Amino acid sequence: MVLLTPKTLDAPAEVAARAKKKRNLVPFAFLSPTIILLVILMLIPIVMVIGYSLMDNVIMKTNPVFAGFNNYVEVLGSEIFRTAVLNTTFFTTVSVGAHLVLGLVFSTLLNSRLLNGATKALFRVIYVLPWLFTVAIIAILWRLLLNPNGVINYVLVTLGITETGAEWLSSPGTALFAVTFINIWAGYPFFMVSLLAGLQGIPRDLYEAARVDGANGLQQFVNITLPQLRPIIVSMAVLDLIWTSQQFALIWMTTGGGPINATEMLSTMTYKMAFSNYQFSLASASAVIILVMSMVLAYFYVRHQKARD
Amino acid sequence: MSKTKKQREALERTGVLLALIGGAVFAGFPVLWMLASSFKSNTEIFEAPPRFITEGFSFAAYASILSDPTKMRFFINSYVVALAVTGLTLVVALFAAYAFSRFDFPFKRTINIVIVSVQAVPPITLLVPYFGLVVFLRMFNTYQGLILTYMVFTLPYAIIMLTGYFNTLPRELDEAVRVDGGGPMTALWRILVPVSVPGIVSVGIYTFMIAWNEYLFALTLTKTQDMRTVPIGIQLLMGQHSYQWNEMMAISILGCIPILILYIFFQRYFMSGMTAGAVK
Repeated sequence: MVLLTPKTLDAPAEVAARAKKKRNLVPFAFLSPTIILLVILMLIPIVMVIGYSLMDNVIMKTNPVFAGFNNYVEVLGSEIFRTAVLNTTFFTTVSVGAHLVLGLVFSTLLNSRLLNGATKALFRVIYVLPWLFTVAIIAILWRLLLNPNGVINYVLVTLGITETGAEWLSSPGTALFAVTFINIWAGYPFFMVSLLAGLQGIPRDLYEAARVDGANGLQQFVNITLPQLRPIIVSMAVLDLIWTSQQFALIWMTTGGGPINATEMLSTMTYKMAFSNYQFSLASASAVIILVMSMVLAYFYVRHQKARD
Repeated sequence: MSKTKKQREALERTGVLLALIGGAVFAGFPVLWMLASSFKSNTEIFEAPPRFITEGFSFAAYASILSDPTKMRFFINSYVVALAVTGLTLVVALFAAYAFSRFDFPFKRTINIVIVSVQAVPPITLLVPYFGLVVFLRMFNTYQGLILTYMVFTLPYAIIMLTGYFNTLPRELDEAVRVDGGGPMTALWRILVPVSVPGIVSVGIYTFMIAWNEYLFALTLTKTQDMRTVPIGIQLLMGQHSYQWNEMMAISILGCIPILILYIFFQRYFMSGMTAGAVK
C-alpha cells in the first residue's frame, strides 16, 4: 500500500507516459522466454553452422583455418550431391503428388452423402491408422512386409503378378520406389483429414445450384470442390514439400541411403558426412545448402499464408 | 423415372463402398499384419502360406518386452521427455500467444514472420551445431538436451495456434480484469487459459506427438542405452543378433498406444489441432 502512494502524487500526464512505457515492455516480458529459446536454438546454431561451413574440418581439427567457399565447391561438385538432389526431388514430388491425390479421393469418398454416419466413422478410423505410427515403427513394419520372404511378395507371386519375390528395399532398381511408396502410405492421412475438414466447410447449396443447372458429379468436383479447396491444397502441398524434402528417419531406418546410393537423400548424405565420416565442415556446407532450399519453399508458404489472411 | 434414379443411387453407393473397402485394405492391412505378427512366434513370421493366426499364438513377445528393464527404460525416457516438452512448450507458448494476441509492439510482424519461418528450418541443418551446443552446455546424453532441442519444433506451431485461439476470444474478457486492477498475469492465467482449454488440449496433443515420435536428435544427442527413447529403441532391436520380428512388432504396438489413447479420447481436438493450421 505504501508503495502505491508516490505514483498517485505524479501529474496525470507523467503517469500516462510511464504507463505507456511500461505497456511497451509488458509484451516483451511475455515474449522473453520465446525470444531466448529462439536465440539459443535457432540464431546461434545457424551462425555456428555457417561458420563451420567456411572452415576446414572443424571439431576434428584443433586449429581449423578459414577455408572460404571450398566446402561448398566440394559439396556442389560431388557426384553424390547430384544423386541426392535427384533422389530427393523424385521422392518429394511423387510423395506430395500421391498424398494429394489419395487425400482428395479418400476425403471425397468419406464425405459421400450416400453413406450413413456410422459407416463413414468406421472407415475414417481405418484410413487414419498410418498416422498413429511413428516413423521408426513404419520403417520396421514395411521392412517386415517387403521382406523377400514377406507377405507382399507372397501375394504378388500367388496372384501371378511377379514370378519370383523381389528384394524391394535392397536392390538398386526398386529401393527408391519402395521408400517412396512407404512414405506415401505414411503421409496421406494428414492431407485427407485437412481436406475432409475443408469439404465439410463447403456450403451444400453450391452443389444444389449446380445440380439444378444440370452439372454432373465430375463437373461439380472440378468447378466447385477443387476451387473451394484450393487454399487448403496449396498450403498443405507446400508444407508437405518442406517436410518430405527433409525426411531422414524413414530412409535411414529402411535403406540407410543404399543400396549403392539408390535412395541417398540430401538429409542422409549430410548425416553421413558428419557422423559417419566426421567431415563436419562438409556436412555444415551441405546443411546450409539445404537450409537455403527450404527457406525458398518457406518464402512461398509465408507469402501464400499472408495472401489468405 | 424415380425407380431408375433409386437404382442408380444404389449402384453409386455400391461403387463408393467398394472403393472405400479397397482403400481400407491399403490403409489397414499393414497395421493388421503388425498386430498379427506380434502374437506369432519368431519362426512363424515368414511361413508360407502366410496366416493371421498361427499355432504359436501367444503374448510371449509382449511379456518379453514388458519384463525387460532395458526396453521398459525406452518407454520411461520417451514419457519423461514428451511430457516435459509438452508442459514447457505450453507455458512458453501461452506467454507468447498472449503477447501476440493482446498487445501491439515494435517488430511484432517481424517476430511473427521469424516464428512462422522457423518451422521450415530443416532439422538436419541444426543437427551439427546442436551437437556442439549440447556438448558445450554439458547436456549430451541427458533428458535436458532432448527437451531443450525438441522445443524448436514444438514452440512455433504452439505459438501460432494459441495466438489464433486467443484472437477468437473477445478482448473485453481480459480487459475487464485489467480494469478491476488485475495485472496481465491475472488476465492470462485466470481468464484466458481457463476458457482456452480446448485449444490448449489440441496443441498439447500435437506437441506430445512430435516429441514422442522424434528420431534424428534422439539418435544423435544421446549415447547410452539408458537414455534412448522408443523410436531409437526399436531400431536397436533391429540390430541385435538375429531379428526378433515378433518382439519388434510388439514394441511397435506398445509404442503407438499413447498416441492411440490420445486419439480415441480426444479425437475432436486431435483433428482440430492437426488441421487448424492448414484450414484455419
